Amino acid sequence: MKFTLSWLKEHLETTASLDEITDALTRVGLEVESVEDKAKLLAPFTIAYVVSAVQHPNADRLRVCMVDTGSGDPVQVVCGAPNAHTGMKSVFSPAGTYIPGKDITLTVGTIRGVESHGMLCSAAELELSEDHDGIIELPADAPVGMAYAEYAGLGDPVIDIAITPNRPDCLGIHGVARDLAAAGLGQLKDRSVAPVEGKFPSPVDVKFEFGDTPALTPAFALRLVRGVKNGPSSEWMQRQLRAIGLRPINALVDITNFLTIDRNRPLHVFDAAKVTGDLTVRRAKEGESLLALDGKTYALDPSIVVISDDKGIESLGGIMGGEASGCDENTVDVLIESALWEPLNIAQTGRKLGINSDARYRFERGVDPAFMLPGLELATRLVQELCGGEASEIVVTGTVPEPHLTIAFPIAEVKRLAGIDPTEDEIRQVLTALGFQVSGNAPSLTVGVPSWRPDVDGKADLVEEVMRILGVDRVPSTPLPKSDNVSKPVLTLAQTRTRRSKRALAARGLVEAVTWSFVAKSVAEAFGGGKPELALANPIAADLSDMRPSLLPGLLQAAQRNADRGVADLALFEVGQIFRGTKPSDQLTAATGIRRLSATVNGAGRHWQGKAPAVSVYDAKADALALLDALGAPVDKFQIVAGAPAWFHPGRSGTIQLGPQNIIGWFGELHPSVLEALDVSGPLVGFEIILDAIPAPRARPTKTKPPLELVPYQPVTRDFAFVVDRKIEAAKLVKAAQGADKVLISNVSVFDVFEGASLGADKKSIAIEVTLRPTQKTLTDEEIDAVAAKIVAQVGKATQGVLRS
Amino acid sequence: MSDLELLERDIRAAIDGASDEAAIETVRVAALGKKGSVSDLLKGLGAMTPDERKVMGPALNGLRDRVSEALLARRATLKEAGLAARLASEAVDVTLPLRASPLEQGRIHPISQVIDEITAIFGDLGFAVAEGPDIETDDYNFTALNFPVGHPAREMHDTFFFNPDEQGERLLLRTHTSPVQMRTMQTQKPPIRIIAPGRTYRNDSDQTHTPMFHQVEGLVIDTSSHIGHLKWLLEEFCRAFFEVEKVEMRMRPSFFPFTEPSMEVDIRCKRVGNEVRFGEGDDWLEILGCGMVHPNVIRFAGLDPDVYQGFAFGMGIDRIAMLKYGMPDLRAFFDADQRWLNHYGFRPLDLPALVGGLSS
Repeated sequence: MKFTLSWLKEHLETTASLDEITDALTRVGLEVESVEDKAKLLAPFTIAYVVSAVQHPNADRLRVCMVDTGSGDPVQVVCGAPNAHTGMKSVFSPAGTYIPGKDITLTVGTIRGVESHGMLCSAAELELSEDHDGIIELPADAPVGMAYAEYAGLGDPVIDIAITPNRPDCLGIHGVARDLAAAGLGQLKDRSVAPVEGKFPSPVDVKFEFGDTPALTPAFALRLVRGVKNGPSSEWMQRQLRAIGLRPINALVDITNFLTIDRNRPLHVFDAAKVTGDLTVRRAKEGESLLALDGKTYALDPSIVVISDDKGIESLGGIMGGEASGCDENTVDVLIESALWEPLNIAQTGRKLGINSDARYRFERGVDPAFMLPGLELATRLVQELCGGEASEIVVTGTVPEPHLTIAFPIAEVKRLAGIDPTEDEIRQVLTALGFQVSGNAPSLTVGVPSWRPDVDGKADLVEEVMRILGVDRVPSTPLPKSDNVSKPVLTLAQTRTRRSKRALAARGLVEAVTWSFVAKSVAEAFGGGKPELALANPIAADLSDMRPSLLPGLLQAAQRNADRGVADLALFEVGQIFRGTKPSDQLTAATGIRRLSATVNGAGRHWQGKAPAVSVYDAKADALALLDALGAPVDKFQIVAGAPAWFHPGRSGTIQLGPQNIIGWFGELHPSVLEALDVSGPLVGFEIILDAIPAPRARPTKTKPPLELVPYQPVTRDFAFVVDRKIEAAKLVKAAQGADKVLISNVSVFDVFEGASLGADKKSIAIEVTLRPTQKTLTDEEIDAVAAKIVAQVGKATQGVLRS
Repeated sequence: MSDLELLERDIRAAIDGASDEAAIETVRVAALGKKGSVSDLLKGLGAMTPDERKVMGPALNGLRDRVSEALLARRATLKEAGLAARLASEAVDVTLPLRASPLEQGRIHPISQVIDEITAIFGDLGFAVAEGPDIETDDYNFTALNFPVGHPAREMHDTFFFNPDEQGERLLLRTHTSPVQMRTMQTQKPPIRIIAPGRTYRNDSDQTHTPMFHQVEGLVIDTSSHIGHLKWLLEEFCRAFFEVEKVEMRMRPSFFPFTEPSMEVDIRCKRVGNEVRFGEGDDWLEILGCGMVHPNVIRFAGLDPDVYQGFAFGMGIDRIAMLKYGMPDLRAFFDADQRWLNHYGFRPLDLPALVGGLSS
């Protein structure tokens, strides 16, 4: 909210400086957003007299002026303004002045051979208007040497404060002054209003017609002032309104705007000549509409409260008046309305109609109900002052609610919650200065809440009042007691896994990305999501509309953005939430990575040691398994099964699982159609591990690792090459070989896979190295041969494979 | 010159003339081999008279020893030279650049790093890490946090909503991490000390706002914690997090529906280029909101606000990351630009811990 310093001083008797006032405002919770102090900004600009203005000897468009600045000898200034002439008064700035409109600091200069010691200024150069056409020309009686800002009445600083939604009382300057007075910045002026006696009964009556629905207005007051002359309002009022960005219109309208800011009392004025019959406050009917003062027509419905006369709707209650009954310079009789509205209803209506008026802003936060009538009296006074006229009696319909809230306030609460220990007197003083009715004595005060403080309804609110006025800086910093013991671990298994996943993947050379939690609907659908309940009703953009079912699409799109910027080989990962439904348990944590082009774990692109190959399903598999290993998951128990969900290449992808019902994750090349749909180009491989799906480790009583038994006997290795059908999976063959002797065989590794015409159609050769680790004694050749024969037999049985000859 | 002297001179000349180990071996065989010139002379000793032997014995043995020594020395020299020549021929260009290792290429996003830093600080003070879902009910996000239905404070949140279900209930994306306060109080008995970092969402987008961002919530509930403790905690946190000796904080009364009294916290700073220096200068930078948990919120959680009390605070993780590490634009956090991640990201083994300094 904006106001000028002089306007504030209408309510606050103070000797405090502007800086003291703005500091205090922020200190009590009325945060100063900006202070516009034109007097300070424009201090070097003074009124000057142009003694002479003659043609510049070397430039047609320039004049050389001798300028009397009011001190010392006249100053020579070169001026390019077409209106510079001898005998004029204008605004002068000497060398060294900062010119806000040009963002330069003046220096003494020589312009086409003539020295210039300053400048005569236009309004634009002072940032006072857009007027560039010439220098400011002042009336002949303008006093030479006077600060221009002071002369022009610009010396009034404008303060803009942010008002939190709990403080509607400070949406009026009087309320701001009250807070400042309580904080010791001066005396709150008594601005109570003496009633204006009504000279005649109001010719217009007011009825409420809400039927059996809840009344949307508690009280409504109206009076007629007849015989007014509605010209411009006073200079002072116009200046105040203009200073805070409001356009003066006419006295009657200006008065309503003025009181809105001055007292947080929105009013409405009707031109009585344009109102037919009595006023009725009621719900709008379906199909009704109103052309409002902002020139727009609004379609109304029964949730909206309106004021109508015999002709129809004239005003939207508490939000905006109608164009038809508005006041203009021809208005002679004016009806002034001061009413109370239901904050919730005003908020809903405002939202529904999209109207952000000053009235709505205040009524939805809460105006002081007790000021409904004084506000009307004050408005009447101002109307009579500025426009003359004779006031009627006041018609009041409904009842103004009486403030009735009193709070039992044990003053020890201040210490308990705020940690400060003010005296009972201090507490009493603060509350009283803020308008609370304080009675009783310590240990517990009885505190009556003033009608303008709808935000205060309990002890904690009073603690805040005391603390903010005394100053939060009085609260002593108090160490939070620390445990006497060594800190215990605080992270859950899931949290530890999340953290470790990130480090493990980064250690494999992947770069962590954080992508949006929402994706386009089509993208969600392509990755197994797109349920209607996971679509936002009000997405910020069409491509950020659905909660993501997977981290893959975000990463794939990020990869393409990078590729478009020239980073083609890229390995990215994200560890984050994915959504399978709307319940908290449907939100899972996935660890997902992708590799593009040749971004393998050992490097990318061309290199003198060898070119990196294009990434393959095996790179993705390696990432997934390395991650699981880093998490301490039982990798040897996991099954790797061919195939993965539809967004992967059907023949180049795999699923990691503990049985078909317990899927840990997937890896593979991305399906070309999916990439095409995303407008992303590959080669791209990726994996996704659902961290929640990894079984929790069994709880064990100690951290002891199982004993390590080292045997002294030499291990023996033997190589075998089997020819099998092309369809046979290596894992099956390895498993069969391993099963040949579970004690002796410590490892089986695949060291060669070969397909070729020499093997026959649809055949391949898989070569394995088997390590035998004796535990009792060194193996004899016969023992080794026996195991080898068993391996050949087992593999043959499981895969129909035969030893390659 | 005697014959022996002549012989020795010849052998020495042959040794010096040998250019490789094979040549030296030839010289050795010719002198000291079975039929070598020196060996032959030594063999003749047996046939000599004792007197002759007395003279010739030491002379011949001396010759043999000197020749052996000269052979050994020459052999060593030649071996060294041979090795040196081989090594010289094996030289490679060590300036050839190598591929960066995965550890050099991998990066941790600043948000993850900052969450780890925050966790390290609060973990030391006995704060656990709590979590809640991103998809929340209106109740947890607003009503239970004392936002009355229709209150303007709700509108300031620019909430993302889902479509209402058959009962007319509509879920939303949490607009702050504060719902975790209520979820924690409902499931844990005081004393409670938690932080809750996580994603939050508001329908807003410009240079300083993104529709998704990160917050960390803090909550302390017990029977004695007050604003003085809150002040200390935040000062300590800022000091530890920004890794400075001292921070100057300013608490301003403010308003949040779920705290009473409520405050916003500014820290004194000075901007120098893209750096923000704390504890100096005349700028105040708002970094968080906080306050005593509102009695209504404590009551909604099933606790008695006359017995239990405590405070809560919330701050933007992205924002404090920007302040500490100097990223100019929030939107870049979520763009996954490899160049940005590489520059502002952290190495995989940069593990924040208080014992070693958070970021060193």
